[in-house]
Amino acid sequence: MRHDVLVEVRLRPGIADPQGATIERALPALGFSGVEGVRVGKAIRFTVEAPDEAAARELAAKMADRLLANPVIEDAEITVLGAKDDTAKDDTAKGAKAGGAR
Amino acid sequence: MSTRIGVVVFPGSNCEHDVVRALQVVGGAEAELLWHGDDRVGDVDAVVLPGGFAHGDYLRPGAIARFSPVMAAIARYAADGGPVVGICNGFQVLTEAGLLPGALQKNAGLRFLCTTVPVTVSSTRSVLTAGVADGTELQLPINHFEGNYTCDDRTLAQLRDEDRVVLRYARNPNGSVDDIAGVCNEAGNVVGLMPHPERACDPLTGATDGTALLRGLVDAASRTLTRPG
Repeated sequence: MRHDVLVEVRLRPGIADPQGATIERALPALGFSGVEGVRVGKAIRFTVEAPDEAAARELAAKMADRLLANPVIEDAEITVLGAKDDTAKDDTAKGAKAGGAR
Repeated sequence: MSTRIGVVVFPGSNCEHDVVRALQVVGGAEAELLWHGDDRVGDVDAVVLPGGFAHGDYLRPGAIARFSPVMAAIARYAADGGPVVGICNGFQVLTEAGLLPGALQKNAGLRFLCTTVPVTVSSTRSVLTAGVADGTELQLPINHFEGNYTCDDRTLAQLRDEDRVVLRYARNPNGSVDDIAGVCNEAGNVVGLMPHPERACDPLTGATDGTALLRGLVDAASRTLTRPG
């Protein structure tokens, strides 16, 4: 199964976020008042081959630990958005090829 | 045999020749470039990780560089007591590699800083600062967007207790905790700093205060036994 994964990397609570602070200061200039707590992070999306959702989540957590986030300043939240089995993917590939031949 | 200092080149490094040139000015050591893709550091007596944008700073500064083959060799070299100095981006690489504690965040105020700042030597127990009197103020160039040193309270207390904050900004330019401009590891042989001492080694460029730091490195390298990488 290929799982569609979203890893959201965020600055840990208490770590200053100069980008968030700058955006928060800019919003009122455009008329958006009352906005507080702006925090800027990264969204990293990919698909990964894994037997089930739990395994996909575990793989993503390892990736976050080793590379995607810096644990000194960042946390990572992992969401498995859905899964697609490989046969469906093969059908798509065939379809694309047939389309190319036409 | 003369003292040799290896200067690591990652794709995107851009201060390696400045370091080589500054070491020529300081004298007492031969500088050679080391390629990031090699899994050894060779017969060098010290290693410098220069400034720049290793691997484009993609994901985070230093995040990809820490997986370059040379980094495993540098970790072994550092564990054996070899002098290792990371300047600017090199400092960021050393923190990502876990050879130094903490992390370098975007500057408070979100400005890229390119200026010369007063920096105070606050510990002489590192290979870079061993030859400079505690409390000496140096004028050193900084050139960074992510120089805001951050660590948890426990790490900060440890750094202070063990006298491992080697340089402090006299006027904090980037929001670094405790005005930290440079730190070293427990043994003092691995040092990271955001200012560029190699850019302050020639009167032509306006300052020579970096010479004292690089001379300390050359002296430390001269004391290092040449070891196989």
